[in-house]
This record gives sequence, C-alpha cells and structure tokens, in this order.
Amino acid sequence: MRREIVAEQEHVADTPLQGTGKEPPPSEVVREASIYEILLGSAKEAVLRVQEYSYLAAQSVANIFSRPHYVQDTLDQMDSIGVGSLPIVLLTGFFIGAVMVLQTASQFVRFGQTSLTGDAVALALVRELGPTLTSLLVTGRCASGIASELGSMLVTEQVDAMRAMGTDPSRKLVTPRVVATVLVVPLLTTMSDFIGLVGGCVAAVFSLRLGVVQFWTRAIDALEFSDIMQGMMKSIVFAFILSTVGCYKGLTVRGGTQGVGRSTTQAVVISSVLIIVADTFLTKLALYLANKIF
Amino acid sequence: MDATISFRDVRLGFEEGEIVHELSFEVYPRETLVLLGETGTGKTLSLKMAAGLMRPQQGEVEVLGRRVSEMPEKALLAFRREIGFVFQEGALFDSLTVEENVAYRLREEHVAEDEIEPRVREALRFVELEHAIDLVPSELSGGMRRRVSIARALITRPPIVLYDSPTAGLDPVTAQTIIALILRLRDTYGVTALLATHRLQDGFALANFYFDAATNRVLPNSKRSAGKVETDSNTRFAVLRDGKVFFEGTTEEMATVKDPYLKRFLV
Repeated sequence: MRREIVAEQEHVADTPLQGTGKEPPPSEVVREASIYEILLGSAKEAVLRVQEYSYLAAQSVANIFSRPHYVQDTLDQMDSIGVGSLPIVLLTGFFIGAVMVLQTASQFVRFGQTSLTGDAVALALVRELGPTLTSLLVTGRCASGIASELGSMLVTEQVDAMRAMGTDPSRKLVTPRVVATVLVVPLLTTMSDFIGLVGGCVAAVFSLRLGVVQFWTRAIDALEFSDIMQGMMKSIVFAFILSTVGCYKGLTVRGGTQGVGRSTTQAVVISSVLIIVADTFLTKLALYLANKIF
Repeated sequence: MDATISFRDVRLGFEEGEIVHELSFEVYPRETLVLLGETGTGKTLSLKMAAGLMRPQQGEVEVLGRRVSEMPEKALLAFRREIGFVFQEGALFDSLTVEENVAYRLREEHVAEDEIEPRVREALRFVELEHAIDLVPSELSGGMRRRVSIARALITRPPIVLYDSPTAGLDPVTAQTIIALILRLRDTYGVTALLATHRLQDGFALANFYFDAATNRVLPNSKRSAGKVETDSNTRFAVLRDGKVFFEGTTEEMATVKDPYLKRFLV
C-alpha cells in the first residue's frame, strides 16, 4: 500500500508546471577523468580565454578605423576615468615622491651626497613609479568599475538588448573605454610625476634642508627625453591592458550577480599582475631602444 | 503563404547538454505564436535564435526570408532593426532615462532630434507612460519597466516583435495590462509575434480578445462586429517539451487536449 502511494506521488506534481513527466535517466557508469585529461582540459580552456581576450582587444582597436564612432561615450569615459581618478592619483603621487626622497636620502647621507636625491627621485618617478603606480591605482578604481558595470549589463540582458537593437557592444561599450583609458592614463601619469617631484621637493626642503632650486635643477638635469618616452610608453601599454582586461572580464561574466563580483576581483588581479610583468619587459625594451636611438 | 519566421530541425546545446533538440515551427504573417513550456525547455533560446542573438549548432532559422542562422554578425546588426525584442525583465539601460531608452534606436539611426521627441511621446502614450518620460528605470515598477520595454521595441514599428515571458513575475492585474498592450500592438499595427510564456492564460487572452480601436478598449471576440470570425485564428499555440515542439495547434485544439502533460497547463 505504502509503495503504491510513493509511486503515485512520482507522477503527480504539486503545480501544473512542476512535473516534467520525464523518466529518470538510466544510471550511467561515470569514468573518472585522468590527471592528464584534466590538465589538457584546463590548458585548452586557458588557450581559449587568451584567444577570446586577444580577439576582443584587437577588435577594440580595429573599431577605431571604421564607423560608427561613439565620441560622446568616449568623452564620458574620459571624464569618469580621468577626472574621477585625478584626486587619488595626485594624492598618492605627492606622498610617493616624498617617501622616495626620505628613503634615498637616508642612503645618500651615508656618503654625504644628499644633493643627488633630486636625480634619483626624478628618474625613479618618471621612468618607473609614475606610470606603474598610476596604472595600478587606475586599475583598482576603473578596471573593477568597468568589469562590474559591463558584467551587470550582461546579466541583466542589457548587452543582448543592445545587440537586439542593432548596436555592436564592442563599439559602444569596449572601444570608448579603451580609447578613453589610453588617452587619460598618460596625462594622469604626467601629473603624478610632477606632483611626485613637488612632494619630493617638500620633503627635501624640510627634512634634508636642500634648496628648492638645487632640487629642481638636479631633477630636471637628470631627466632625458628617453626617460620621459619610457614613462609614456609604459603608461599607454598599461592603460590598454587594464581597460581591455576590465572589458573582457565584464563581458564574460558567468553566474549572475555572484559572477559579477568574481569577475571584478579577477579583473583587478589579472590587470595588476599583467602590468607588473609587462613592466619588466617594457623596461628592458626601453633601455635597449634608448641606447640605440637616443 | 511564406512563413515570416521558420525554424527547421534546430539544435542548440551547452556543456550541460542539448537544450533545443530538433525544433521546428513556423509563424505566418500577422500571426501570434504562443510558445508555451516549462522553465528550461528552450523558449528564451528560441527567441534569441530568431533574433540572431544566438546561433543554432544545427538546422536553419529563417526570418523575413533571410537565413538568420548563417548571417555574419555585421549583417545581423542591420537586420535586427526590423525586429522588436521585449526581454523578460525589460532589460532597460539603467544609466539612461526612459526617454533615452525609448529613443535609443532612433538616435543610433541618426534620426533628427526634432522628429525624435514626438515619436518617443507617441510610443510612451501607447503604453500609457508619457508622464514617466524623465524618470530612470530604477524609479519604475516591474510592470512599468515592461511597458517602457514594449515602447522601446515598437518605436521603429518593426514588422516582428518577440516577447520573452512578458508577464513573468508580475501580479495578475499588471500582467493583464501587459497582455492588453500586446493585443493593442497586434491589432493596431498588425505585427507578427512570437511570445514565450509559461502562463496559458496569456495565450488564451490573446486568442479570445481583441483591441477595438473605436472604443479604445479590449473586448472579447464574441463582441466583434458581424462578418468577423468569432475566435481569433491568428493565434496559435506551440508547447515545447524537452527542446522540441510537443504540441502545436489552434486555441480550440489547445483548450480540448486530452494528453495528461498538456492538461497540466490547463489547470
């Protein structure tokens, strides 16, 4: 009797839409995948992601050379990424410059060469710290913002709605963000470099009793055109990395709002690591080019 | 008569298995096909394939005489301007106002600004939301968002409109308002429609009522003036089960089914 009731329940659903009326699938013997298969699967997936990312990055550049262009969206993004990041970039730039002076001076004092502080700070800031720190700050603020904004649009079907209305999301969403970031990060870097030197000057004057003119003269004399080019080249590449990674992670969100959070974190982590790795190779390249050309 | 939308042996699957499996159906001009089915039977995927937002792995999808399943993305972007798509949750752009959402397509097509405003107002008046023109989507209720989404879909007067569960998650009164709008759109502009839903009452409402332009009201078909058919032959039903069409038929056929699975929809 009891068995009959159970059998009956299997065929009657609580709501008209609940039961599928499907027979349960025949149980299959599932073979466990070998380590080799798991590794091969992961490697294939990694290659696929690199391919997708490369395609998106290339598409974002290719879109610049054909219509339609979304100029207003680009300007809006420049405002949000550039003007929005300015306070934190300037604030950190100032203190990094000051800290650099304090740190380098503590070494130069041992040789009685505190006047060289200006040279060291200028070179370190313009070649390395300015572009890298500015890009990392913009990554923290904007790569995450881009990934979460595009990710939310994707999970709420806004990206599909855009496609359904005949707009290419890579043109409307990706290219304006990439172009805006590549245009504003070098500008932010320049301002960060300058404010860093101002911070260094303040620290040098108050802590080392160096003269303002002496600091600036040494700082400016130490810099060559190749140093500035190196800093600019780095900031352009870093900007491209952070914006394309942010867009890629945003447009490949899986798993609803939780997935948006995960993608946002990944966007920041991947961009930061790529920026630092790229920095090593770009420094080597820049030093090689500086020797050959300048 | 050539079908406006036709699916032929369409298959589409993901890692978790094949969702759409040998799906075939046709929608004729000025007809509304109600795609009924439980969650996960491929209703939304079918609509997305009809709009070219997703590509079938096998089979053919033909819309307005063009083979959507084989068109490159660039051609699809231009083609999609002939289709209105009403997404399940509305999918309004949340950073834009109602006016900017509805005018989106017109601005993309570089229509003159002085022509945009009256057209947006007309579309919003159609969905009775003219007063919400300056609001942003976060200030709208669920039902209002769907209505704005309908206004956005009809702004370019597309010959085809695809509705993805337009009444899902709405209270019965708001759901009726949405269905009344769909009726109005059908009877005023004569659009061909594909409507995915899990609520049979939506389908029956579409089949048994019509919008009377003279009185500006939704009336039952029995009140139609002499000479017109009593039941609307322009609405058909297709029930999806396990990714394929399990039943296809007219309103009467759907109302008198004997199959135990189909009867569940009638409860």
